[in-house]
Amino acid sequence: MELNLSREDAAFRNEVRAFIAENYPQEMCVPNPETDLTKEQSLLWHRILYTRGWIAPLWPKEYGGPGWSVTQRFIFEQETSRAGTLPPLAFSVTMVGPVIYTFGNDAQKKKFLPRILSGDDWWCQGYSELGSGSDLASVRTKAVRDGDHYIVNGHKTWTTLAQHADWIFCLVRTDPSAKPQAGISFLLIDMKSPGVTVRPIITIDGSHEVNDVFLEDVRVPAENLIGEENKGWTYAKFLLGNERTSMAGIGRSTRYLARLKQIVTTEVDEDDPAFGEFIREIARVELDVLALEATELRIVAQMSRGIDPGPAASLFKIRGTEIFQRITDLTHQAIGNYGLAIREHPVTANRFMPGPDYGHTATEKYLNSRKLSIYGGSNEVQRNIIAKAVLGL
Amino acid sequence: MDIQLTEEQELLRSSIQRFLREQYDFDERRKIVATDEGWSRRHWKSFAELGLCAAPFQESSGGLGGGSLATMIVMQEFGRNLVVEPYFETVVLAGGLIEDVGSAEQRQAFLPKIMEGEATWALAWAEGRSRYDFNNVTTTARRQGDKFVLSGTKAAVVGAPWADKLIVSARTSGGPRDRDGVSLFVVDRHAANLHLQSFKTIDGRRAAELTLMNVEVSADQMLGSDGAGVVALEATRDRAIAALCAEAVGAMSVLNSATLEYSKTRKQFGVALGTFQVLQHRMVDMFIALEEAISLTQHLNLSLAAQEPNGSKLASGAKSKVGYAARFVAEQAVQLHGGMGMSDELNVGHYFKRISSINVQFGDPAYHLMRYAQQS
Repeated sequence: MELNLSREDAAFRNEVRAFIAENYPQEMCVPNPETDLTKEQSLLWHRILYTRGWIAPLWPKEYGGPGWSVTQRFIFEQETSRAGTLPPLAFSVTMVGPVIYTFGNDAQKKKFLPRILSGDDWWCQGYSELGSGSDLASVRTKAVRDGDHYIVNGHKTWTTLAQHADWIFCLVRTDPSAKPQAGISFLLIDMKSPGVTVRPIITIDGSHEVNDVFLEDVRVPAENLIGEENKGWTYAKFLLGNERTSMAGIGRSTRYLARLKQIVTTEVDEDDPAFGEFIREIARVELDVLALEATELRIVAQMSRGIDPGPAASLFKIRGTEIFQRITDLTHQAIGNYGLAIREHPVTANRFMPGPDYGHTATEKYLNSRKLSIYGGSNEVQRNIIAKAVLGL
Repeated sequence: MDIQLTEEQELLRSSIQRFLREQYDFDERRKIVATDEGWSRRHWKSFAELGLCAAPFQESSGGLGGGSLATMIVMQEFGRNLVVEPYFETVVLAGGLIEDVGSAEQRQAFLPKIMEGEATWALAWAEGRSRYDFNNVTTTARRQGDKFVLSGTKAAVVGAPWADKLIVSARTSGGPRDRDGVSLFVVDRHAANLHLQSFKTIDGRRAAELTLMNVEVSADQMLGSDGAGVVALEATRDRAIAALCAEAVGAMSVLNSATLEYSKTRKQFGVALGTFQVLQHRMVDMFIALEEAISLTQHLNLSLAAQEPNGSKLASGAKSKVGYAARFVAEQAVQLHGGMGMSDELNVGHYFKRISSINVQFGDPAYHLMRYAQQS
């Protein structure tokens, strides 16, 4: 399915498509880019996009954005995702960057934005805490003012790729006596500061993506406070809106669906009892993808006419994650007996993995994708948002 | 239809429960999985001493005569504790096959060692392209005097890397998809020209791909009659399904109680998770799924024990229904535990993985749904 593109937009699409084909690094084409690349490898594409001036589609031109229209941004997102490119680190470009240029002061913009664009600084997100998952307003990490510094104490968890991070943006409690949302501030912390410790959390697929981050008497210069003290909740909500914009994941689902079809065609004979069941389920998911894609295109068209999409992000998050989970589930079933095998992490070519290559990541993807309906505001919370904001319940 | 355990069965269950409670908690299990072999010979020996390895076999074979209900009791408790020792592979699959179709000499030669915990076995029926079809065998066994010579590859053989003996299905006659002509052979794991490539499974076990390049087996190592291997494997699958369903039920019951407990203690938005109606209803559905799974598992085990004629159709029905139920419970247990459910540290994810593994052993829920539909 395609948007009806103007001649300019069609030319832009062709330009993006050709650029990806010519420039996407071969080194990044590994079985599972999310877990198999080193920090340096995963930054290769980031740096190429930076050089081209395409690293931050969302950013205004004055801060280094390309100045694209809503439609162009969508085309770029669609083409990069269809081609299976690894998206640039969202915590840097999509999340903290816009907070800094929207709410930060000039010194902060000057210090942080260029290094976010170039990939020189790797950011991670210090939101979740133990006992404070989808309910972010309950953060307990404390920041106490001491002259020109804040003294920060607390424990952040589920911090994605903190092991590579140079900086962490944190929600911290600066006024313990205020109402939960009112006493929170948004603080930028150098990961090299004394008192910051990162501990890996291994997930059920065996990979190391997330971490505990312990903050013990960390001295943070007061100049690293974003906006006003105790207004952090406003900035955090602004950022969460960005987090969920591309959750529909049409390109990713389309690619994984194509692979599922290939596996079923190769592995499952027509006289296998489950063959018809696979065909039916694949058709069902394909229609789910089509309906979500059509919804996305409809909303993009509305946005380009200036209509506020409202909580459409919640709809995309719910359906996008459920669809992808279903595809990974079917793929795991499609590889049959080899669904018993799972790659060991960290991945090396020396370890034997049975079965055809296209099945090697099926098990870990099925397990790993369970996180999608939990993080970024669980799907239950997203449904509450729609119930309240759209249905008025 | 609710099974009332006899005094003997109750004793069996409570002795397993006591042993596992004292010596097989989640930390102990984690240590076992992390070892090179991935299972504990010490615990295995204890299982044998408790009589678990002899429990299902007939008294005429030297067993305790517990039959499929004994297996059900053992597997359910093993499911609760995520036991990784090769009980299913050795006792249920191989032991069951030997007792079912083995000659008097073979039963005499192999079963005592299994019952005493002296030998572990693995069953190599699958091939790279066979999926769940027992007929689909390309490995060949050529008769040569008083020997057979086996050549081919076998796929995803759980427990093979350290098993003492393997049962291998190979074609003695017929075409690659024929139902007739598949025979079963007992092969020593250290046999010459047998090559194993080991890998870890999703649920912490070890499995291997087997390559047989002219492996010689004496003719008396053929298990069951020549060419009738598929029939023997089908009966084995029915028993295997009954055992796996019981194991799944054990795992589901732990997931349900862990999730319920968590929902009462974990607070979100100032209140316990369990106060949200949407989560209450989810947990009610998990409860219903478990009740249905228990019922079908009992129904199947009773039918197999009574050798009722529709046992094989019922086995497929149970594998499908219990498989879907277990997957629902496992996925929702992870979901309701939030990030914690994704961590390797918590036991919930490990139950999820065992259930995911059960669901691709001997056919997935969709395969058995359609097999159920096709059986008259």
